[in-house]
Amino acid sequence: MRLQRLREPDVEITIKINGAEVTHDVEPRTLLVHFVRENAGLRGTHWGCDTSNCGACVLWVDGTPTKSCTMLAASAAGHDITTVEGLEKDGKLDPIQQGFIECHGLQCGFCTPGMLMTGRWILDNNPQPSEAEIREGISGQLCRCTGYKNIVDSIHWAAAHPAENEVSA
Amino acid sequence: MQTPAPVDYVRATSVADALSLLQQHGDEARILAGGHSLLPMMKLRLARPEILVDINDLDELRGIRIDGNEIVIGAMVTHAEILSSPILFEHYPIFREAEKVIADPIVRNKGTMGGSMCQADPAEDLSAVGAALRGTVVIQNAQGRRTVPMREFHEGPYETKVADGEILVEVRYPILPGSGSAYEKVERRSGDWAVCAAGACVTISGGVFSSVGIGIGAVNAEHFAAVDAEAFLVGKEPTAENIATAAQMAADSCDPSADQRGPADYKKHLAMELTKRALTRAAAAAKGA
Repeated sequence: MRLQRLREPDVEITIKINGAEVTHDVEPRTLLVHFVRENAGLRGTHWGCDTSNCGACVLWVDGTPTKSCTMLAASAAGHDITTVEGLEKDGKLDPIQQGFIECHGLQCGFCTPGMLMTGRWILDNNPQPSEAEIREGISGQLCRCTGYKNIVDSIHWAAAHPAENEVSA
Repeated sequence: MQTPAPVDYVRATSVADALSLLQQHGDEARILAGGHSLLPMMKLRLARPEILVDINDLDELRGIRIDGNEIVIGAMVTHAEILSSPILFEHYPIFREAEKVIADPIVRNKGTMGGSMCQADPAEDLSAVGAALRGTVVIQNAQGRRTVPMREFHEGPYETKVADGEILVEVRYPILPGSGSAYEKVERRSGDWAVCAAGACVTISGGVFSSVGIGIGAVNAEHFAAVDAEAFLVGKEPTAENIATAAQMAADSCDPSADQRGPADYKKHLAMELTKRALTRAAAAAKGA
């Protein structure tokens, strides 16, 4: 969907997403989540509550998880964005993705992209997190299906099964 | 779908550049820092700026540093950076205790100290911390810099001394050697705004309180401070009885309103109880206690 142009001229912005530069003319008010989904065509990042509560839209800006419904695309111009599509490397799933498969870390799957991005970030900063640390880490993200138990287990699974090039704790 | 109304956007390249943009556009312009208060307000049309001046490129507003006998926190320091700062934890553990319960880890990655202070929500945790520590806000305009004590910073809910054409650039906190500090908060759910919160920072010398700072959030305490309770405690021993008396005085100085977070008498009770707990832990942590 293209946002209706009402008044101000569009601005041309270039954002590097998963290593590839994406350039589009957008309204300055365009939110990053919509740029990623509609302009870049990457629908993995989900658009949920729109109020920075649910965390379905979490992606990384320069490696830091960010709620993309509460950031302008214009503010992201010139920065490196990583979305859930960027987790897989050379056709091989990231351990965090494999963990969600192994431990049944999702039911409807709506929260999953955000959970994966935050889960990967938690492990990058703390390779062997406790259950409490995982629960604190995902406390800005809502899941209405799992009761979080299987999400915590999935992140733990990924901690126990680091990729070969990953330094384990 | 919630989207901000049409707006222009410009990135400032320096504080001077931001100030000149603000001067040029007057009250039509708003500063965009972390955006985690402003963008939601714009989606709800509670804010309708014509132009956003994005200050995220201004590294001069970042960083936590010691300058003489003060700790300086730049306006663009994020909540996550305050939470993990070794300098702040060494001198003022109250920051870590407060930040752990501000929003959630992802929001803390983006939300800034300066943005939170200027949003001036009546339940803002950093305002209560700032009052307890007697910080000083540094505001810059085209003429230069001026300072405003934290306890004069708020004009009212969502209103501060930062005028059109001005930027909050940093907040400075005096280092109190040997001080103890603590923060207590009750919220409805993880990451929510406080129903009530209280912070305390004390020094003890010769067995009595030599300085006392009490900050209280979300219950309409004037300038987030409890000055009568502070004055009562200075010179007195840190006994449970004295602390309980001060906590009651602090609660009496609050004027909470009933809302979806609870009735007024419950909030007053929290003000008393949380002030007591914060003072008790701060006193125990103070050297010479």
